[in-house]
Amino acid sequence: MAIVHDVMPAYELFQPTDVESAITLLREHGDGARILGGGMDTWDWLKDRNKRITALVDLGGIPGLQDIKVTADGIEIGAMVPLSVVARNADVVNSYTVLARAAGRVASPQIRNQGTIGGNVNQDVRCWYYRSGWPCYRAGGNICYANTPQSLNREHAILDANRCVAVSPSDTAPALVALDAKMIVQTRRGVREINAADYFLGPATDIRRTTVLKHGEVLTSIRIPKTWSGAQFYFEKVADRKSWDFPLVNVASAIRMEGGSIADARIVVGAVAARPMRLRKVEDAIRGKAADEATAAVAGELAVRGAVPLRLNGYKVPLMRNLVKRAIRGQEA
Amino acid sequence: MAESNLIGQDIVSRDLVAKITGRAKYAEDYRAEGMLFTKLLLSPLPHARVVSIDLSAALAHPGVIAILTADEVPQDEFPFEPCLTNEPRYEGEPILAVAAVDEMTAADAIELIRIEFEPLPFAIDPLDSLRPGGPNATLMGNAYLGREVGEVKWEQSVFDAAGPDGMPMGPTEDEWEFGEGGVEAGFAKADVIVEEVIYSHSATHHPLESRTAMSYWQNGKLYIHCSVQSVAQSRRAIADRLGMPFEDVVFVSEFCGGGFGSKIRGSVTEIIPSLLSKKAGGRPVMMRVTRNEETAFGRARPGMQGWVKMGFRRDGRMTAMDLYLVQDTGSYARQGDTSTAADCASLIYTPETMRFRTVTVLTNTPPRAAQRGPGGAQGVPMLEPVVDRAARQLGMDRLEIRRVNGPTAATRFGRGNTQLTSCYAPEALSRGAEMFNWSERSARSGQRNGSKVTGVGLAFSTYYGGTSGWDGLLVIRPDGKLYIHQGVGNLGTHAVMDTARAAADVLGSDWEDCEVVWGSSSLHLPHSSTSSGSQTTHAHTRANHAVGMAMYGLLQELASLELGGSPSSYAVGNGRVYRIGSPGSGLTFAQAAQRAITRGGKFSGAVLPDDINEMTRNSATALAGQGLIAAAKDTYPHTARTYSFVATFAEVEVDVETGMHRVVEVTTVADCGTVVHPRSLAAQANAGVIQGMGFARSHKWSIDPTWGVHLTKRLEAAKPPTILDGPTQYHFAAVDLPDPQNPVGAKGIGEPPVGAGSGALLCAIEDALGGLYGSHTPMSPDKVLSIYENEGRVASGRLAIHV
Repeated sequence: MAIVHDVMPAYELFQPTDVESAITLLREHGDGARILGGGMDTWDWLKDRNKRITALVDLGGIPGLQDIKVTADGIEIGAMVPLSVVARNADVVNSYTVLARAAGRVASPQIRNQGTIGGNVNQDVRCWYYRSGWPCYRAGGNICYANTPQSLNREHAILDANRCVAVSPSDTAPALVALDAKMIVQTRRGVREINAADYFLGPATDIRRTTVLKHGEVLTSIRIPKTWSGAQFYFEKVADRKSWDFPLVNVASAIRMEGGSIADARIVVGAVAARPMRLRKVEDAIRGKAADEATAAVAGELAVRGAVPLRLNGYKVPLMRNLVKRAIRGQEA
Repeated sequence: MAESNLIGQDIVSRDLVAKITGRAKYAEDYRAEGMLFTKLLLSPLPHARVVSIDLSAALAHPGVIAILTADEVPQDEFPFEPCLTNEPRYEGEPILAVAAVDEMTAADAIELIRIEFEPLPFAIDPLDSLRPGGPNATLMGNAYLGREVGEVKWEQSVFDAAGPDGMPMGPTEDEWEFGEGGVEAGFAKADVIVEEVIYSHSATHHPLESRTAMSYWQNGKLYIHCSVQSVAQSRRAIADRLGMPFEDVVFVSEFCGGGFGSKIRGSVTEIIPSLLSKKAGGRPVMMRVTRNEETAFGRARPGMQGWVKMGFRRDGRMTAMDLYLVQDTGSYARQGDTSTAADCASLIYTPETMRFRTVTVLTNTPPRAAQRGPGGAQGVPMLEPVVDRAARQLGMDRLEIRRVNGPTAATRFGRGNTQLTSCYAPEALSRGAEMFNWSERSARSGQRNGSKVTGVGLAFSTYYGGTSGWDGLLVIRPDGKLYIHQGVGNLGTHAVMDTARAAADVLGSDWEDCEVVWGSSSLHLPHSSTSSGSQTTHAHTRANHAVGMAMYGLLQELASLELGGSPSSYAVGNGRVYRIGSPGSGLTFAQAAQRAITRGGKFSGAVLPDDINEMTRNSATALAGQGLIAAAKDTYPHTARTYSFVATFAEVEVDVETGMHRVVEVTTVADCGTVVHPRSLAAQANAGVIQGMGFARSHKWSIDPTWGVHLTKRLEAAKPPTILDGPTQYHFAAVDLPDPQNPVGAKGIGEPPVGAGSGALLCAIEDALGGLYGSHTPMSPDKVLSIYENEGRVASGRLAIHV
């Protein structure tokens, strides 16, 4: 834990113009190197002096990473596209509305202009003990400060906790999982395509990372297949403030209706676990059912099965239940 | 005397242009030759003793110029805070300061310091501290006993009797009661009695501009640029802190990015760059205070845990109020918020009998200070939902119960049987009800549309509306302009400009021919009130009116001497003193200034009134000979207490599936006497309502109880309201009837909108929840949802503090 904050220590800044150079730089500088997207997560860490680096590799000068391209089988969004651009891009708004809505609810207008979609999915957890530099499990220690009888854990996990109880703070991640998005990751050896649902990691898999991205790998773009284009979408974020806030819980869904019943669905809930939770059991249970109140009620109950609240976050259980119900209804109430 | 042309009119305050164009210089914007920067080492522990400090590596670090430790700074006796300490009483308290060529060097040097702490016991929750064997925040004890600190512990039986969600009520240190037969007699007369656990959380002030300061020494004088609410008073305060005469402090604070009570007389930390500069041979030192630091050693509103019992007759009249409050005053000075909460309650409900008991407990949390509406802003939102509960039991309209109990001009209230200078509270309530369409809207209360439930609420708030007895200082220079010197601060309220217009109006001057002089002691400012506690508008319309009248008299006398005739045969207006009936005659202001310089004596400032303050005298003396100079003390009668009143009405839509709510409409009406500046008033009132609503629903203050460490240091986590959180439409009106004891009729209005806003919102949410009441702020979505799902229960418990 740093003794002095709010002053960034010195480091070398690199501004490569292609992804290969970025990867080379990251490898050359080893663990001391960090990728810079919009900086909304990074600069907090650096200013606080709770994470130290020797080199910062800025992706801002790499052509192509800020493009949104309509492709034969969907749309491809560069990792460095600002969230405000994602939120108002006509193709995203028209065909993948859930992502536009999610991007439009991130933080504040200013942060959406600066923050990128790649950064929003790759951002670290916001557990305030961890962010304050406390030596917890996620920081390499052997304690969780957020899960003691007196901890302040209103924002923390009700599902899938494993030593660490931090949650995924991203608004766009649940939307991308709901859209069956593919994360395009460039490595030294080539390009990998990873399903969004497999991209995010819980603490049981790796307590130090939130995604499968390894050091020296770069998320370059996100491909959204046509699978859910024009489906019935729902996104809702519950937070303390209308602006400049992380979700207490959010939900993203895509539902394909056929003949009055649910042909297929994706229901994904954020901020209840360390990764966005795709609710496969709920999806299975509602397939073939009408999108009515009865189905919604069953889905809501099923969604929260197995939830284990901490001292102050019991409200997340009814909140998640209700948001899943609303996702099935496709409207607030 | 000229008619009022300026009071009551909108103006574009001249400092606004500088603010909008970015030319306004705040403390952080100043630069001086050879300027150093300082970073502070803050205590990582909530209570500790510094055992050893090894500065050798830091001092050897290239670029480090000086390090200041607690041993080298004034250490006044508790409860006065030192600017640096070796016994930190809260996490984030400054221990030492490093001055270096830049901030990075200073921060790097701090990491090279070897410092060893001995942890001491600490208390975070006042109720824990009051338990038998509970921790004490200081080595002297845990609570205030008068001015002294001692130990207060309650019997275990007190806690057992209260149960987990009840308020333990042990013996208190301060108690008063009024009304015939006391509250027992009052309750005996009651048809309906309600009692409730009540709670108000602590909250950092979070002014946009932090308490940055830059200082240097030149020829024995201290030059300081800082961010304060009040200029004249802060100059004195900083001189006192440094043990030097105020004449040797050149104090600059032209613009202040908000204070809300946290910068009334500046801050103790402001002297750090002054002392470091001295140590660095006079080189300027800049201390930029970050948001983290602002949360730590900026100030915060005291939290309260308590209980209230109210008795009402069938007609709604309050026969008794029994109020019990434990105040968390933080780690240093004793705050008066619980007492003020009781005073405000005694005024807005005028109970026939009332008892108040309080105990003020020290905790190892950041020091508290007055925050906009101190006491009232906690009391109103704590009590108004309880009054609503009584109204429901009485089957009475919630507006009506406030009318029945609210004050009028004839009211005598409280333990002192206090008289009001004016009170148009009934008019404010009626006007607000009409604008908001209360009868129609309140009929919609509880209407459900899907998961959305409509709630309607109102809250009635009050606060002190002004002091008196301050000085004014005017100069008419040979350029013909009227210079209005103002020692109040420029903290964004426009009062520094608005109150100057009282003098201009007396003299019938065009605003274009007036210059307001403010913001730097080098410009020679009068002894002025602090810009706090809603006093400035009242205090300085009076002082400027008084000095305007003095200037008027001087002009008449001067004209009489120069041109013959009696002084009373002359009038003043449009930049002249002229013979009555002949507006083109007499002397222009420019000529009058010239003649005053020639004549000297009382015209030029060489001879001054006896009753003005020393600071005004010094300033006028420094200006003497530059024109026609008037200095005067406000001696107008002030024979009763001045209070302002605000009624706020709110409609909300609570989503009972998510706990979120939307404010559909807000209407606020104020009784603040004559309106001085309509646009600024509406902005102040609505902004106060936003601030109050933010306090009531999102503005957090969380301190981990195990480690005593603050977790809501950044705005992102502390969540004060943003402009996007409010409704898009606010409606505001003022009763606009004059207070008879102010020469322009004005009363202060800064404070009461905060309590009105938070109270109206909490009442509306409670209304939407069918009267379920959680008693715990901030009423964030998790709490609303928990209350709805669990019939009033909140996860943390009703009395859990710093959650």
